[in-house]
Amino acid sequence: MKARILVAFKDSVLDPQGQAVKNALLTLGYHAVQDVRQGKVFELDLTGLTREEAERLVPEVARKVLANLIIEKFTWELLSDTAATDETL
Amino acid sequence: MRFGVVVFPGSNCDADTFHALNGVLGCDTVYLWHKDHDLQGVDCVVLPGGFSYGDYLRSGAIARFSPLMQEVKRFARKGGFVLGICNGFQILLELGLLPGAMLRNKNLKFICQHVHIRVENAGTVFTRRAAEGQVLRIPIAHFDGNYYAPPAVYRRLEGNGQIVFRYCDDSGQTDEAANVNGSLAGIAGVINAEGNVLGMMPHPERAVESLLGSTDGRFVFQSLIDSPAGRGRTTRRPS
Repeated sequence: MKARILVAFKDSVLDPQGQAVKNALLTLGYHAVQDVRQGKVFELDLTGLTREEAERLVPEVARKVLANLIIEKFTWELLSDTAATDETL
Repeated sequence: MRFGVVVFPGSNCDADTFHALNGVLGCDTVYLWHKDHDLQGVDCVVLPGGFSYGDYLRSGAIARFSPLMQEVKRFARKGGFVLGICNGFQILLELGLLPGAMLRNKNLKFICQHVHIRVENAGTVFTRRAAEGQVLRIPIAHFDGNYYAPPAVYRRLEGNGQIVFRYCDDSGQTDEAANVNGSLAGIAGVINAEGNVLGMMPHPERAVESLLGSTDGRFVFQSLIDSPAGRGRTTRRPS
């Protein structure tokens, strides 16, 4: 079983890297780009867990380690093995 | 006062800090390995600068889980003195011993230069040898030093006198230009409410010998050395 966790800055927190990317896109002429927020993606390969256990573990590690909740927020999902494989194609 | 300098994989200011404390200031100093559990009876734990565990994930995020840091947390909760410098400050934030978090510098550059900081609270055990409003010249060297705290936390820090240093110019003026990394309200160092844990981005250990351009870092160490072994407290800023 795989889990995917997306960590991003909270809307209230300035994201200097996202701003730099936005400025680059505007320089390239993509004037439709209003804003860019840069984040991180974690893919966990899980073993020996039921789906319920995984649903408890994934947000726990996100809260405890992967995200700093003072400045960041996160979303997560469990991926079936097939879906995960398809994604890499 | 006996000092302990914590060594993580990736620390690179540990030897400088040891040299400043032991070689220059003549203090009893030991290294503390991050995997140990024994604080060796030190009175003050110093978390030095560097890139602990490569600073993967976030600066200081992984160092906080090391065995020794659990001891440091207990030590701090009992009133032991803890000084976090640069990466050490980042670790204290991740550990929750100090409030707030670090963002990447606003200009997205690693900044390595001498800066001026103003002593905002000279009543702490880390600053009592300095004067309120005194301007210190101390180098910084960091990528993630853009201090952030939510508005309610900032108000509490300000109200309690927990903001110990602010970036300023050589005359002590704090403004946008002097705030090199974009920190909230130019914050360069904060202390906990109990007054025994200080985090600062500038490197006082790099400013203890005139040969290296400044001796202003001595104010921080000497304040600690001269403090009674008792527990320090923050004092409120005079309004």
